[in-house]
Amino acid sequence: MSVSLSAHLPAIQVVLPLISAPLCVLFRRNGASWLIALIVSWLSLGISILLLEQVIANGPISYLLGSWAAPWGIEYKVDMLSAFVMLIVTSVGSISMIFAPNSVNSEIPGDRIYLFYTMYLLTFAGLLGITITGDAFNLFVFLEISSLSSYVLISLGAERNALTAAFRYLILGTVGATFYIIGVGLMYQMTGTLNMTDLAMRLPAVAETRTILVALGFVTVGIGLKLGLFPVHVWLPNAYAYAPSVVTAFLAATATKVAVYTLLRIYFTVFGTKIFAALPIDEFLLILSLIAIVSMSAVAIFQNNVKRLLAYSSVAQVGYMIIGISMVSVTGLTATILHLFNHAMIKGALFLVLAAVFFRIKSVKIEHMAGLGKVMPYSMAAFVLAGFSLIGVPLTVGFVSKWYLILGALEKGWWPVAGLVLISSLLAVIYFWKVIEAIYFKTRPQDAAIIHEVPITMLVPMWLLVGANIYFGINTELSVGAASAAAKMLIGGAP
Amino acid sequence: MNNHSILRVVSKFMIPFIMLFALYVQFHGDFGPGGGFQAGVIFAAAFILYGLIFGIENARKVLPASATRIALACGVILYAGVGVAGMFLGGNYLDYNVLAATATGGQHLGIFLVEFGVGTTVAATMVTIFFVFAGQDF
Repeated sequence: MSVSLSAHLPAIQVVLPLISAPLCVLFRRNGASWLIALIVSWLSLGISILLLEQVIANGPISYLLGSWAAPWGIEYKVDMLSAFVMLIVTSVGSISMIFAPNSVNSEIPGDRIYLFYTMYLLTFAGLLGITITGDAFNLFVFLEISSLSSYVLISLGAERNALTAAFRYLILGTVGATFYIIGVGLMYQMTGTLNMTDLAMRLPAVAETRTILVALGFVTVGIGLKLGLFPVHVWLPNAYAYAPSVVTAFLAATATKVAVYTLLRIYFTVFGTKIFAALPIDEFLLILSLIAIVSMSAVAIFQNNVKRLLAYSSVAQVGYMIIGISMVSVTGLTATILHLFNHAMIKGALFLVLAAVFFRIKSVKIEHMAGLGKVMPYSMAAFVLAGFSLIGVPLTVGFVSKWYLILGALEKGWWPVAGLVLISSLLAVIYFWKVIEAIYFKTRPQDAAIIHEVPITMLVPMWLLVGANIYFGINTELSVGAASAAAKMLIGGAP
Repeated sequence: MNNHSILRVVSKFMIPFIMLFALYVQFHGDFGPGGGFQAGVIFAAAFILYGLIFGIENARKVLPASATRIALACGVILYAGVGVAGMFLGGNYLDYNVLAATATGGQHLGIFLVEFGVGTTVAATMVTIFFVFAGQDF
């Protein structure tokens, strides 16, 4: 083989999981499917790291599919932001695949397990495709690939409610994708192009027209549905609560992040910052996300099911990311992009611990988790550390992203926003304390079954993520460096 | 449906023609209107018609679940495989020019194979969806 594979990495990144998914269907062996999913996830992580290195060394990479020249053919474009988001998706994917077998075998019927890995690979391919493509329509195609397969993943949950949750997500997700494509269609009507770089060059001439403003509105609402933006987040809590545990961990850490990435891409690469002068969409987003961080954190306090509690917390956390976007400043965007990474590490770790809990006691209700601190000490310690990070205790990643968010707010002179972020963090202390209290300060009922710590293959992945929470909380060079480079690129205009 | 002899005879007569038409739409897609998606749906329509008239069990005997599953996966692999082949022959992913001696020949071959992959997967998917819904007891 004389082909230099490194030039083809952008295509391989998407094709590898896409081609492995049907292989799982052909083999129909649960073990083989898991092995394929595991190997593909880790290879993709390797490719992400290589791509990030290439981008840091040589700037953005462009890859022409089918060798058709850029504005006409589909172009894959890897820049700092997409390389960073790909790193998030692939690292969470590869870590959760180590964790998966025990949890999946206990939650999903044996004859469907190979389908689980097939769907996981398709979701994975879709999410990577969204981050890598430089074509607004191609993004829609990947959005549908990832969404359709994630509906199936959610519906694989053990309870019947999983079907209703998946169906609701299907309806709202389809509305979201349709809105997105209507927006893209309107942009196409005005500019005659779908390539993002090309759109960015042609849009300013027609930016003031009503068609383009309507397009911006459609795209915002469409992607807002996907990322769980308040008040169109209603599909999210049940989808997270009833999905199989590993699915929740994977989707919570990746799907909403990729949707936020899409919003960043459309706003800053395609439309450019000037669009906010034509339509005050930044203020609109700021108000919605301020309501989200306070009200959703408050709602989380009253949840009994810890998975749903963390799902509401996720809606609040997405609020932090959107606040960063609404600042339209380098610091604000740094906070947003940084929180994409940090929140993926936090929620990935927390949901993996819950998967471990469900694996042992078949429930994630607070009352059933009483006294688990004694019988599952390592898992629960991981839960506490990841929870500290969620609240934003110093030396964890949660603190770093809140630090930049508040810095951005103060830079703008938005004192009340900084105050509300702090209040929301205090609410996080309350809902998190509820769980801690049950775990450590209550005793397990006398008649409860005797359980042990989960196997090492489950402990290692969760502690890897917890380790990342601490490591990147202290050594912020990689994450903050990449995030601020990406933020500068976005504010500076088209890459 | 045992009493409807007209339906049974006419559909038996029709099915080969539906399949032939599907193959025409598939393989003439390079030159005229058509392509894998349409051809796949038409091809699946032949099996769906058979299932409607002669019952799901008989249709399943003709096309068992294992066969549709393999066709489903192989179509996607064929599509993606053509792309990968372009990569190994010195072009970019899905570059058809490098597949044959001349660029035009390569484009023909590439489109032909990719559309055949699409047709296979679409036909298998349509039949699977029909079988799954029709086989359910409500």
